[in-house]
Amino acid sequence: MPKDGGIGASTKRREDVRFLTGNGRYTDDINLRGQAHAYFLRSQVAHGKINGIDTAAAEAMDGVIRVFTAKDFEGVGGMPCGWQITDKHGQPMQEPKHPILAEGKVRHVGDPVAVVIAETLEQARDAAEAIELDIEDLPAVVDMKAALAEGAPKVHDDLTSNLCYDWGFVEENKAAVEDAFAKAAHVTTLELVNQRLVANPMEPRVAVGDYDPWNDNSTLYTTSQNPHVIRLLMGAFVLGIPEHKLRVVAPDVGGGFGTKIFHYAEEAFCTFAARQLKRPVKWTSSRSEAFISDAHGRDHVTKIQLALDDANNFTAIRTETYANMGAYLSTFAPSVPTWLHGTLMAGNYRTPLIYVNVKAVFTNTVPVDAYRGAGRPEATFQLERVIDKAARELGVDPVELRRQNFIKADQFPYATPVAVEYDTGNYDATMDKMLEISDYAGFAARAEESKKRGKLRGFGIAHYIEACGIAPSNLVGQLGARAGLYESATVRVNATGSISIYTGSHSHGQGHETTFAQVVAEMIGIDAGQVEINHGDTANTPMGMGTYGSRSLAVGGSALVKATNKVINKAKKIAAHLLEASEADIELADGKFTVAGTDKSVDWAGVTLAAYVPHNYPLESMEPGLEETAFYDPSNFTYPSGAYGCEVEVDPETGEVEILAFTAADDFGNVVNPMIVEGQVHGGIAQGIGQALLERCVYDEDGQLVSGSYMDYAMPRADDLPNYTVDHSCVTPCTHNPLGVKGCGEAGAIGSPPAVINAVIDALQRGGHSHVTHIDMPASPSRVWAAMNAQ
Amino acid sequence: MYNFDFVKPASVEDAVAALGGDEAQPLSGGMTLLPSMKQRLNAPATLVSLTGIDALKGVCRDGDMLVIGAATPHAVVARDAAADYPALAELAGQIGDPMVRNRGTIGGSLANNDPSACYPSAALASGATIVTDKREIAADDFFQGMFATALDEGEIITSVRFPIPQKAAYAKFAQPASRFALTGAFVAQYANGVRVAITGASENGVFRWSEAEAALSSNFSADALAGLAASADQMIGDLHGTPEYRAHLVGVMTRRAVAAAH
Repeated sequence: MPKDGGIGASTKRREDVRFLTGNGRYTDDINLRGQAHAYFLRSQVAHGKINGIDTAAAEAMDGVIRVFTAKDFEGVGGMPCGWQITDKHGQPMQEPKHPILAEGKVRHVGDPVAVVIAETLEQARDAAEAIELDIEDLPAVVDMKAALAEGAPKVHDDLTSNLCYDWGFVEENKAAVEDAFAKAAHVTTLELVNQRLVANPMEPRVAVGDYDPWNDNSTLYTTSQNPHVIRLLMGAFVLGIPEHKLRVVAPDVGGGFGTKIFHYAEEAFCTFAARQLKRPVKWTSSRSEAFISDAHGRDHVTKIQLALDDANNFTAIRTETYANMGAYLSTFAPSVPTWLHGTLMAGNYRTPLIYVNVKAVFTNTVPVDAYRGAGRPEATFQLERVIDKAARELGVDPVELRRQNFIKADQFPYATPVAVEYDTGNYDATMDKMLEISDYAGFAARAEESKKRGKLRGFGIAHYIEACGIAPSNLVGQLGARAGLYESATVRVNATGSISIYTGSHSHGQGHETTFAQVVAEMIGIDAGQVEINHGDTANTPMGMGTYGSRSLAVGGSALVKATNKVINKAKKIAAHLLEASEADIELADGKFTVAGTDKSVDWAGVTLAAYVPHNYPLESMEPGLEETAFYDPSNFTYPSGAYGCEVEVDPETGEVEILAFTAADDFGNVVNPMIVEGQVHGGIAQGIGQALLERCVYDEDGQLVSGSYMDYAMPRADDLPNYTVDHSCVTPCTHNPLGVKGCGEAGAIGSPPAVINAVIDALQRGGHSHVTHIDMPASPSRVWAAMNAQ
Repeated sequence: MYNFDFVKPASVEDAVAALGGDEAQPLSGGMTLLPSMKQRLNAPATLVSLTGIDALKGVCRDGDMLVIGAATPHAVVARDAAADYPALAELAGQIGDPMVRNRGTIGGSLANNDPSACYPSAALASGATIVTDKREIAADDFFQGMFATALDEGEIITSVRFPIPQKAAYAKFAQPASRFALTGAFVAQYANGVRVAITGASENGVFRWSEAEAALSSNFSADALAGLAASADQMIGDLHGTPEYRAHLVGVMTRRAVAAAH
């Protein structure tokens, strides 16, 4: 087995050759013959009543093919929501209609009102300016607490209020939690904001709808993380197109970060319009449009309380969170502040009693949904911040307070009070590793040195856990998911021994084309170059659920292992026939089938050729060919964990925070490609630092987006970021998937924000600003300076 | 972007003539104009490019002056002004990113007078002369508030004459998203006194901080500024900083510029 290509090898990403040379094939690179262009006219007000839309002038303009408004969608379904939450009273959440184009009212800046289809994009845009909109301004609700106040303007007139749901978890524990707080020796309280973010993948969203009237076949090319999910949702719930007449292709996709999971109105529109016009229809989002039409992330306002006994053991946690849904329910929005958040509130700790309350609120803002980490960063940030604050209040070492309350290595599997069972972990090991490689012991001396230069140095610690590898379908079904969360793979062995893999996972930067090939190459013992990974096209991949939630290797990889094992089992039967031996005696190693204890062997290609040229083949008992499909439904989530350390210097004159060092010690279970894993961690930390120090999506009180471009929305740049020290040598393999892998895609974005903020607070505290116990993200220079100077 | 006519004259005279046309606008580097046209916020009938006029380009020494052609990109200033006026070269080298520095020009920046742009502070602190196709305008008279200048309709800047100071420096605190100056201070020491110009901070655009100038003229050291605070009145307040924060940064950046002056 060539060790540069199997499991554990840092094989260079094969897909980078086309990406880095500008030869990727993204959705916007797809231009079909006869294609027309769509321009979406979007609301410029946050809330308004549509009194009229006059499209006559626009329709008469050069190149205009047709103008669509809501009236063209009578009888067409709205955008579906994929997860129903049951509130604390046992009632289903309020679920408003989400039309493809605004009906009756506009509910956020960016809500699409009309679409012009024209021969060119410029013509479509010119015509859109000629549409006369009569929209009567209504008062907007932006602040969540104001939206829930008596008499607040309603985002949806047909709902009873702006409350989507009021969720309690675990409701049965509420009284016991209250009791624990009453008896606590110490209670630490922290109020915080986990601010709204814009995902900003490098590639904006694009949709190209195509229709073949002679076969009644529709095709949608789209920037999606999960083409099968889009096909199911759009076909079954929006447009009424059966799956066999609908193909969804997500080719090369330039980053998703969650925001390309969801089914968007533009996808349904382009598919619908192509059928109406019998010609392809293309829409490409501008960057400005992305700010007001891509689902946003986070946007939680939380009060968390931690109760401790007199020996500093955590005895209970209770939280109250307001979660912004925006104006409509995006595909998986209701699940993010609930099941992806509440179930993680135990963190790495033995806290016996936890109660999480979440009020999800409609506002006149862009819908909010999953963004890298989705609920888990929000949980981790609260927990790791409140623990740090408690340590400070109690005068104990934040490392020791964490250690004292860690679930210990010998306590796994560990059932938390918030409904999940961690299979493996060793939190002391990751903490030790982080402290070692960050030279925590030498921090005091470095802080002294900073002080001499007039700077305030701080060290921040966070230990995270996340639930990845989503998810057991029967469990999520009970929790309200309207989908299964298995994954699929087809392993098609070709006659001469090369292998074509068709996976339901989708790669939009993760490197599956490399790592999935490494897994198969290792299992069979052939060169990884013989294995090709295909993904992203519902026409050739088995029904799969796509890529998000750090699930690809843990779930998609497991399906791949299952299918590959089926192939190997059949290949062994063929080899046994060719070698005239018993199947039980056949061993596969290094791409060769050998009869145990003999030198009789046949190589991989010999077996595959026999499968497709079955001249010498047991046709009476076995079909020819060598191709297998497997579906894998996980029995549990996976639980990556890790310790993050951040060392900062604060300039007391300006409040500017510089990150000097960032250390991550992660336990991802087994690792297939260390280089790719490290790259995932780097990217995650960059996004986490972006949230902690830079990014902030801001609406004014009228619902106008203030940070609507890169002039005001601060994305992290390379020089905002330090060199990272990352380690994944602490390994407790997952016990319930065949590769023992846990997932690494979101970890960096989950663990880093609290580490950064803890470091900033530590620096200020050491610098004598003892009144500063919290700074909301982003800890921008102005906010840090204001905190230092507030008395 | 709406359709427009594009002309690229080779002389200042031809450019001025072309700008006499209906809804004609001058185009230099286009770093502000083109994005606003792409967003359809600006719709000139004719764009008159100034970058084909050789007379508007280049950096040259003229006695105790450094003369910079209006259509000279920032990257060229960063390179060619380094020997004669290093503080100005350093300012130019910090504007935007390499693409901006190779397209954007000094004349374009001054004519636009963005309240957060860097160049206006250098021109004002240097007591520069803005030379146009029809007159010479002192920097003190040129900047007239946010995006407002003394330029007439159709008047184009041809060059900027910077008196070379004994010592100078620019200290910029970057707005985290745009990296324009959240507050920038340009300090220049001349035989007859010190001039301090502040950009990024005020609702009235670039301004001279006269209290600091007086203090520094008698003692050119950061210590001379101790206890001196700019007023938060009429400072910009936005999501990147309050008026109070910007007023505070005026002091910090001015002290840093003095300390760095060379």
